[in-house]
Amino acid sequence: MSRITRYLSLAVIYTLLPACATVRGTGDLGVVIERATGSIQIVDTTQHQLLKQVKGLGDLSHATVVYSRDERYAYVFGRDGGLTKIDILAGRIDKRIIQSGNSIGGAISQDGKLVAVSNYKPGGVKVFDSKTLELVADIPAGVGEQRSKVVGLVDAPGQRFVFSLYDTGEIWIADMSNKKPEITRYKDIGRLPYDGLITPDGRYYIAGLFGEDGLALLDLWHPEKGVKRILSNYGRGSKKMPVYKMPHLEGWAMTDDYAFLPAVGRNEVLVVNRRNWEHVTSIPVHGQPVFVMARPDGRQVWVNFAFPRNDTVQVIDTEPLKIIETLKPGKAVLHMEFTPRGEQVWVSARDAGKVTVYDTATLKVIATLPMEKPSGIFFTSRAHRIGL
Amino acid sequence: MVRRWQSIISQLFLITGMAVLYNPVYAKDNQIDASNNQPTSLSEQRRAELKDLLLQDCGSCHGMTLKGGLGPALTPDVLHNKSRQMITVTITEGRPGTPMPPWKTILSEQEIHWLVETLYSGVTP
Ligand code: HEC
Repeated sequence: MSRITRYLSLAVIYTLLPACATVRGTGDLGVVIERATGSIQIVDTTQHQLLKQVKGLGDLSHATVVYSRDERYAYVFGRDGGLTKIDILAGRIDKRIIQSGNSIGGAISQDGKLVAVSNYKPGGVKVFDSKTLELVADIPAGVGEQRSKVVGLVDAPGQRFVFSLYDTGEIWIADMSNKKPEITRYKDIGRLPYDGLITPDGRYYIAGLFGEDGLALLDLWHPEKGVKRILSNYGRGSKKMPVYKMPHLEGWAMTDDYAFLPAVGRNEVLVVNRRNWEHVTSIPVHGQPVFVMARPDGRQVWVNFAFPRNDTVQVIDTEPLKIIETLKPGKAVLHMEFTPRGEQVWVSARDAGKVTVYDTATLKVIATLPMEKPSGIFFTSRAHRIGL
Repeated sequence: MVRRWQSIISQLFLITGMAVLYNPVYAKDNQIDASNNQPTSLSEQRRAELKDLLLQDCGSCHGMTLKGGLGPALTPDVLHNKSRQMITVTITEGRPGTPMPPWKTILSEQEIHWLVETLYSGVTP
């Protein structure tokens, strides 16, 4: 480019700029799901402000969000099979499709070019072009005629997606490096896998099992070694309590030494050694854990609980492995999200109709934001984390 | 008092049972009547709470519109040919070996009955 054209194009840019209302980045933005009204709130985590409500997203119970790698677009996966791409800078829907009858979550590929959705009905995974939302691949899941609901879908290094089959007890890897998905199947991984996570380094995929004790572990550096069972001796013989809300597994509940996992049907957080995947200890907590999430620096783990004990959040100090605080953010706490470096955590309370922002050093409230039945909270920093 | 009404209602169900079997349209009217005229001692506030529980907490597994999630759909069109007794037992006792939990420690018999009637007649958010 000659010097003159460079100056010319700069001149064009500077004359255009004032036309845009504000020029800003998106690194301190996020999205909060308002599940009952089918809307989302775009939030600013620096100013603690609601920037814009975007409506018309369908059934958002259990909705999740992933971000484009430029952190400008939020992909919202609705329960009713809706996939909506939202421009969070402009505060409007960019594209929206209904891709199935009933879906549960999604993931974005390593290169950011593909968005995958896991579906309950009909069971399987569909992969879309992240720019246009055009269908790239359809992967029906199941054994023979029997279709299975798909859970625990995550992205993995090497342009792969990994997910679990609830009804048939399998883990599948879909390698999307080439045009056609290349599938690796692992059968008999255990009964009723209900969710999955991938470690922050992208190496281990873990599926939680509802139908039996323990979890299924797959080493993605050595997929040829197959799936192995971990924690299978944990809790054997002792009676589980009924579960009124399924726990979730999130890849970020890891510190250097430990992984923290919700126990199924027990009022405990499991602490697991990350080197050998053995059970270290269990921390007794207020109720059955739903989300167990580590602050980005790993010093704290925050836990919320299943119905009917869901008005409470507990904070665990990961050095002594003890609870240091019990907080009451309001009725029906559904989700928590840390700011990128963890100085704040945002906590949604559905029935209380608000999101409470805590300072994680003092554990004091620094802001409350009223919203319509808020549930999931998703900040843009997820764009650059494997598995989120 | 409540007992007596309940037995009268259940007898009415028995009597109309044949019609219910053979005439789905009639069955539907009958259900709506049953849920509306029920001699319930559930306060309006409690019923609102139960509806909320149905949509939100049952909804966390069955979908907020009850069209299905991890658990199957609980809409009138899928329930109409399933027995009320089986549905009531499922809610009361849960289904061991599946995530469906028992609700008897949380809800009274009467509250579960109200939930079942509400499911069969359809519930909108
Ligand atoms: C933790 C998840 C979960 C929750 C919460 C839950 N269910 Fe279920 N429910 C299930 C699952 C899974 C099944 C299917 C069980 C099976 O495989 O047979 C089921 C089955 C049922 C069935 C039987 C349906 C049929 O067609 O046979 C009914 C009725 C039902 N649930 C009602 C309820 C009601 C009412 C509530 C709330 C008071 C509720 N459920 C809460 C998971 C749940």
